[in-house]
Amino acid sequence: MRIPLALAVATVLTGPVLAAGPSIEGCTACHGAGTSQTEGIPSLGGMPALYVTNQLFMFREGQRKADPMNSLAEPMSDEDLQAYGAAIATLPAPTYQGPAADAERVARANAAIAKHRCASCHGAQLGGDKGVPRIRGQREEYLVTALTTYKTSERAGFDPQMNEVAGELSPNEIADLAYAIARKP
Amino acid sequence: MRQNSLKQACSMTTALALILMAGAVCAKPVPAQKPGEPPVVTNNVDRPETSDEAVLALKSMTMPITATPLDKLPLDKFHLPDGFKLEVYASGLANGRSLQLGDKGTLFVGSRIAGRVYAVTNQDGKRAVKIIAKGLHRPNGVAFHDGTLYVAEISKISKYPDIEAHLDQPPAPVTIYDDLPKDEAHGWKFIKVGPDNKLYVPIGAPGNNLIPPETHAQIRRMDLDGKNVEIVARGVRNTVGFDWNPATKLLTFTDNGRDWVSEELPNDELNVLTKPGQEHFGYPFCHQGNLPDPEYGWGKSCADYTAPVGLLGAHTAALGMRFYTGTQFPAQYQGGIFIAQHGSWNKTQKTGGQVVFAKLGSDGKVTSVEPFLTGFLENNELIGRPVDVQVTPDGALLVSDDLNGAIYRISYDAKHAAK
Repeated sequence: MRIPLALAVATVLTGPVLAAGPSIEGCTACHGAGTSQTEGIPSLGGMPALYVTNQLFMFREGQRKADPMNSLAEPMSDEDLQAYGAAIATLPAPTYQGPAADAERVARANAAIAKHRCASCHGAQLGGDKGVPRIRGQREEYLVTALTTYKTSERAGFDPQMNEVAGELSPNEIADLAYAIARKP
Repeated sequence: MRQNSLKQACSMTTALALILMAGAVCAKPVPAQKPGEPPVVTNNVDRPETSDEAVLALKSMTMPITATPLDKLPLDKFHLPDGFKLEVYASGLANGRSLQLGDKGTLFVGSRIAGRVYAVTNQDGKRAVKIIAKGLHRPNGVAFHDGTLYVAEISKISKYPDIEAHLDQPPAPVTIYDDLPKDEAHGWKFIKVGPDNKLYVPIGAPGNNLIPPETHAQIRRMDLDGKNVEIVARGVRNTVGFDWNPATKLLTFTDNGRDWVSEELPNDELNVLTKPGQEHFGYPFCHQGNLPDPEYGWGKSCADYTAPVGLLGAHTAALGMRFYTGTQFPAQYQGGIFIAQHGSWNKTQKTGGQVVFAKLGSDGKVTSVEPFLTGFLENNELIGRPVDVQVTPDGALLVSDDLNGAIYRISYDAKHAAK
């Protein structure tokens, strides 16, 4: 029986894995318990299970590069990926807590969200669905990186929708989108 | 009603509209034009105004990358004409897409996001799935010629000599060509060796609808060592399947039409290349032979471009295609084309998600397109997505389904057909 590294670490920390699913303490140590407090590391709260599973698949197969996710996912079976996807999906969604967002930037971002039809995949409240991630309340600098690397084709998605859409965005639009989506109440 | 008021608000200057709308989303802000200045042009023709409700109704089209276990495949949902039978040829090929048969019966299967190339061996009816390459960059394209496997990644084509003798320890790939763009959008490739012993390599448009760089929206061909490259077709948005007509030897290819014109337009195309190097198939100026592009069609005439020989439905995502060259199926299938339709995303009522059969008339034009393998669409959701088809030496038809990571085999038994 193969035991994933992250699972093995978690097992040492918390004892045997229960039938309810794998321990995700190893995950939340960096990603936070729903809301990430760490620059560059995305919040995972409210993510659909399929999105997480697909990203883990891509990390395992080297189709998405981010240390240490590639090495953590490397020993996982498909069933492990699905179990982690389901467990991560139970984390509470991040909520923005900070000063009120600048209305002008939010208006510009909302226009871009409508123009590029973000809601057709991410949902009316940008909460994600199935293989499409929740982006509402995500960390701002992570959103900038994601959109920028989709634009340059450094990052691939499940399909190239985001490459197509981000290819049409200017750096200023990316900045406004990330700003407003991160602060979307 | 709400849409009307939204539209009116959106037609005012942005600032005024924002005040009136108090935070509502303005789908199309119109910048103010000052007297004496040229009009301010917003570059949103590509994605015209659509109501929030209409956008939401499109829904996302995502699916697992992992393969569906054999016992969970939705086989009982699939339908075929009378006398045809479907069985699972192989399963567990996550994201398996393009198909190509080797001389010794090995089925090579490319993938996109899984980054893998699979080989399905077939010895005395016993089949096994091997991963012969992994960690590749969208290795959608697989071609086979004289014992050598060719694999197309987004920006590189490599060969694996004498592959069928080395499936357990494949030789190190040798790159034969890498003068290719790196765009993810329409960057994955279908490849195939033609009757002229040249490798045909498409390069899609790097987005939905744009004036492509000189390097994109075309089909190239080259010698099998990657030399003597020439552009044989231009104005091709994104072809992910082609074959040569066994009667005319002409390259015949599917091409996916642009998105966001409307629910019903433009159609995906079936095209024939008759004059290599001299034909432009219209993109982005003219779609489906008779629809000038709303943005780039101004000043252009569809008459200046090669029109398709057949229309395959809007947003159906017509991908893999093969002429039927076997003898197992009834005579009416001889010389016609099986075409895999991956299924739509840019459409409220989903379409595609089937394999169709196109008949050609004596003038080479499509006379009919009939559903063949159906049932992949259930409650407006795709439960399977056909990508490619392949006729086997015994005349059966293989179909890949990248949603389920499975290969199906369709055979015909006249005895079981209704009298």
